[in-house]
Amino acid sequence: MKALNDNELAARVARDIPDGAYVNLGIGKPTNVSAHVPDDREVIYHSENGILGVGPTPAAGTEDLELIDASKRYITMAPGAAFFEHSTSFAMMRGGHIDIAVLGAYQVAENGDLANWATLDETYPPAVGGAMDLVAGVPTIFVMMRHVNRDGSPKLLKACTYPLTGLGVVSRVYSDLAVLDVTPEGFRLVELAPGNSLDEVQSLTDARILT
Amino acid sequence: MDKRVADLASAVAPIADGASVMIGGFGSSGIPYGLIDALLAQGAGGLTVISNNAGAGETGIAKLLKAGRLAKVICSYPRTPGSIWFERRYEAGEIELEVVPQGTLAERIRAAGAGLGGFFTPTAYGTRLAEGKETRVIDGRGYVFEAPLHADFALLRAERGDRWGNLSFHATARNFNPVMATAARHAIAEVRHLSDAPLDPERVVTPGIFVQSVVEYGVRP
Repeated sequence: MKALNDNELAARVARDIPDGAYVNLGIGKPTNVSAHVPDDREVIYHSENGILGVGPTPAAGTEDLELIDASKRYITMAPGAAFFEHSTSFAMMRGGHIDIAVLGAYQVAENGDLANWATLDETYPPAVGGAMDLVAGVPTIFVMMRHVNRDGSPKLLKACTYPLTGLGVVSRVYSDLAVLDVTPEGFRLVELAPGNSLDEVQSLTDARILT
Repeated sequence: MDKRVADLASAVAPIADGASVMIGGFGSSGIPYGLIDALLAQGAGGLTVISNNAGAGETGIAKLLKAGRLAKVICSYPRTPGSIWFERRYEAGEIELEVVPQGTLAERIRAAGAGLGGFFTPTAYGTRLAEGKETRVIDGRGYVFEAPLHADFALLRAERGDRWGNLSFHATARNFNPVMATAARHAIAEVRHLSDAPLDPERVVTPGIFVQSVVEYGVRP
């Protein structure tokens, strides 16, 4: 078994971000995807705190403390950027105007159900942010995740056990071991990460992988 | 008409115990730190705060949590790195939490400000956050009814303001501030620059009709 590292996984997702797309990158690992999209593609990144046209990280010492993305990281503006308030920002998301969202996940089920906002630990305060709005309105949801939990248990399941973010919303899963499409019949293999066999990846997946 | 007030303390003086208070900002951007500090000094308690986050470290809303001034928080994302005071109060059962999806939070506030009785949204349909709520299938798609969210006060942060209450913003410090201005019975804006001249009408983001008082606070976080 050979798992992609975070950079390799971000680069793999970036290959599938087309020129001209409006894209929302979720907090955490997905924010690294933009660094791997080739310069000859013009992709407009949306951040739900009120900017279209998120640019690269600023050079040290040039940060604007009031110019941040949804991960609360300092950003710059890309050419053609625009600022707006929150209800407009979520109209873009819920209203189907954003083309692709890339999100992390605790669990994805073979029917496309996504769980990425709360665990079963009731003592820990849940935090939903904009995840439910994104999956409700963005037509293409890419999930970027480790294939298994730290303890080796599967995250790609027949049915999610954690509270759902959205029902049947995931289009495609990019894990560190494989790319899988969500189809009406279940997970279908698109490709294996180099150095892995289908048998190995299937053994780490609760749901059946179709080929 | 002159909505300018002399200082932060005068601006927050009307906020009484038990009031509901919207507080603008997202992450560390667009938070009315000056007004929050003044509210802490003023002493009102038992407050319901409506805001996207619940503060981090020892700043902003975290100061109110640390001092035990909040009874309830309505927000989308209470858990951020360093949100220790929210977590302590929550784990001790000392604070009520209502988690609302971020877009639903913004739209409930918008509905209140726009005089609407609520709306149906696809967000959260079929999830735990829709439990107990009215649902409806419209054109084959499931929606959840969400009620408007009003507040007694809104504390806002803007870049510029004038005596009419018009506001303009800087970069991503805009976020929830304009929509919250519309939904509170009494909106108070701290502005980095309080202009003697009227703001350029083409650059006004929040028209002054939504703002009851403006106070200058030049510090940018």
